[in-house]
Amino acid sequence: MTTATRTVEADERLRRVLGEDTRPEQRPGALSTSLALGWRALVKIKRSPGQMFNATITPVMFMLIFTYLFGGAISGSSREYLQFLLPGVLVQGVLFISTQTGVALTTDLQQGIFDRFKSLPIWRPSPLTGALIGDVVRYMISSVVVVAVGLALGFRPDGGPLGVIGGVLLAVLFGFCVSWIWTFLGLVLRTPQAVSGLGMMLLSLLTFASNIFAEPTTMPGWLKAFVDINPIGYVVTASRSLMNGDGTSDVGPALISCAVLLIVFVPLSLLRYNKSE
Amino acid sequence: MNTELAVETVGVVKSFGATKAVDGLDLAVPAGAVYGVLGPNGAGKTTTLRILATLLAPDAGSARVFGHDVVRDANRVRERISLTGQFASVDNDLTGVENLVLLARLHGYRPAAARERARDLLEAFDLVEAAERPARGYSGGMRRRLDVAAGLIVRPQLMFLDEPTTGLDPRSRNEVWDIIRATVERGTTVLLTTQYLEEADQLAQRVAVIDHGKLVAEGTPGELKASVGRGSLRIELRDPADVPEASRILVGALGAPAENTGRAELTVRGTDPRSVARALGELTQTVEVDDFSMDRPSLDEVFLALTGRPATSEVPPARKPGRKQGGRDAGPGRRDTRADRSKSRADTAATTTEETR
Repeated sequence: MTTATRTVEADERLRRVLGEDTRPEQRPGALSTSLALGWRALVKIKRSPGQMFNATITPVMFMLIFTYLFGGAISGSSREYLQFLLPGVLVQGVLFISTQTGVALTTDLQQGIFDRFKSLPIWRPSPLTGALIGDVVRYMISSVVVVAVGLALGFRPDGGPLGVIGGVLLAVLFGFCVSWIWTFLGLVLRTPQAVSGLGMMLLSLLTFASNIFAEPTTMPGWLKAFVDINPIGYVVTASRSLMNGDGTSDVGPALISCAVLLIVFVPLSLLRYNKSE
Repeated sequence: MNTELAVETVGVVKSFGATKAVDGLDLAVPAGAVYGVLGPNGAGKTTTLRILATLLAPDAGSARVFGHDVVRDANRVRERISLTGQFASVDNDLTGVENLVLLARLHGYRPAAARERARDLLEAFDLVEAAERPARGYSGGMRRRLDVAAGLIVRPQLMFLDEPTTGLDPRSRNEVWDIIRATVERGTTVLLTTQYLEEADQLAQRVAVIDHGKLVAEGTPGELKASVGRGSLRIELRDPADVPEASRILVGALGAPAENTGRAELTVRGTDPRSVARALGELTQTVEVDDFSMDRPSLDEVFLALTGRPATSEVPPARKPGRKQGGRDAGPGRRDTRADRSKSRADTAATTTEETR
């Protein structure tokens, strides 16, 4: 606002832009609003590469530590143990990133950006489904990194490329289903700290008390009983079978655990989200 | 004048636990103007707005926006409104242009059209230079403008602005005011909440004063001031030595105490123009008057008269960004209530004594 003329010009421009009604005739459908909000999630991933790096470094660290520190003791050789470990670490990596779903959601809720989304005439769950598109991309990136590092360390899957792709897709699908747990918890707990705190505790417990790092055959009875019903185990077993070329017979139970998660947590999340306070 | 109602609420009640944030609120907001909802922190302004924007369902009563019920016809309402909340509802990780493109896409714009609309708005809102920077680094004023722009992607019939200038410096505040005026000129009804009396006075054609979730008064800013009735007279004398004599004359003519408010300045509160004219005539016969002015009562005085306590008229300290449930917090507006109230009683008492004498 250096001169009066500029102010007048600016004023005219403001009035012109506000006067234009360029509103599209058709309201966007559920798919396009979800995709628009998915794009938002992808931009956010791009804007904070550090976060993505931290998320992928965790499974890589686990892979290195377990392969070289305990691998020989567990399986006789590090190389042999890696064939066993990689599918499990892949699933673990996806699970650790999944807490981010809840953290991002609570951050949005606190900033009031959801108030704006909720006041728009769009398909109501779009912000939730859009965020999940971003999460799936994160799971893909993490999985590709884990497989690539594994291959460099000597991972030679008998299942071939198709088996590996199948194992990765299963892990990503499981991550998508688990994301709904975090969506629900995010809506209930409301603060990022609460979600990430609970997430770390729960996931550490559930991933260690599973068949990710060792076969449960030598575990004490009470632990083995828990590991046998741990849904993570079904997914790890199936992913392992696919990658090691042991057929698809283990995929069924894994898909059932995925379906159960969706059946329980999708309606819970939507109910909670749509509920007027 | 358009007689259509943009907003009509009847007996709206909303409680959070034991706190009644909105307590039987009746509002009638005519279309085509700026309507101000004025009240201190915790008066129920934000809760009212969230109910009207379909984010909260009222516990009792009904609320309509252009005739559509906010609960039963929520989608009809959403097609007609835009909401800019009290805490910036832009995405800090996204750039200015990305924020607007996202909203345009959600309104159904094709990608190219969305980018064009975003560019036009950024230019009109003086944000071109910051267009490619993440909103995280924006100043308070820039963020507010981006936030308001995001609410004007499509021209809404009714725009809600929750305390649009809270925490802004005077220049940014004026810019936001200009945008609001231009928006109304283009046919959008604006409903804004504010705790600044000056803001309501400057922008709003009608004002609702609410306190503890209830409507305390409603009308044009002029009517509200008139309901309090009187303004104050300020007189500047040439010679400070005349103060006692002038004071005696004024008290006699106006029946109200004259305060010595400056070196040679006297102020008499609660006067009407006719007796002031008479008093000035009497005064100028004996003392020399350099200057005089008559102020109409400010909305501050209106608020004090209506609620028995002053509204905040100063910029409150920056609050933590966080979700605010309307009505829960008793903010800075509540401080010093008792002291100010007893002071105002003392003033009133003094006036009464003088008048009955």
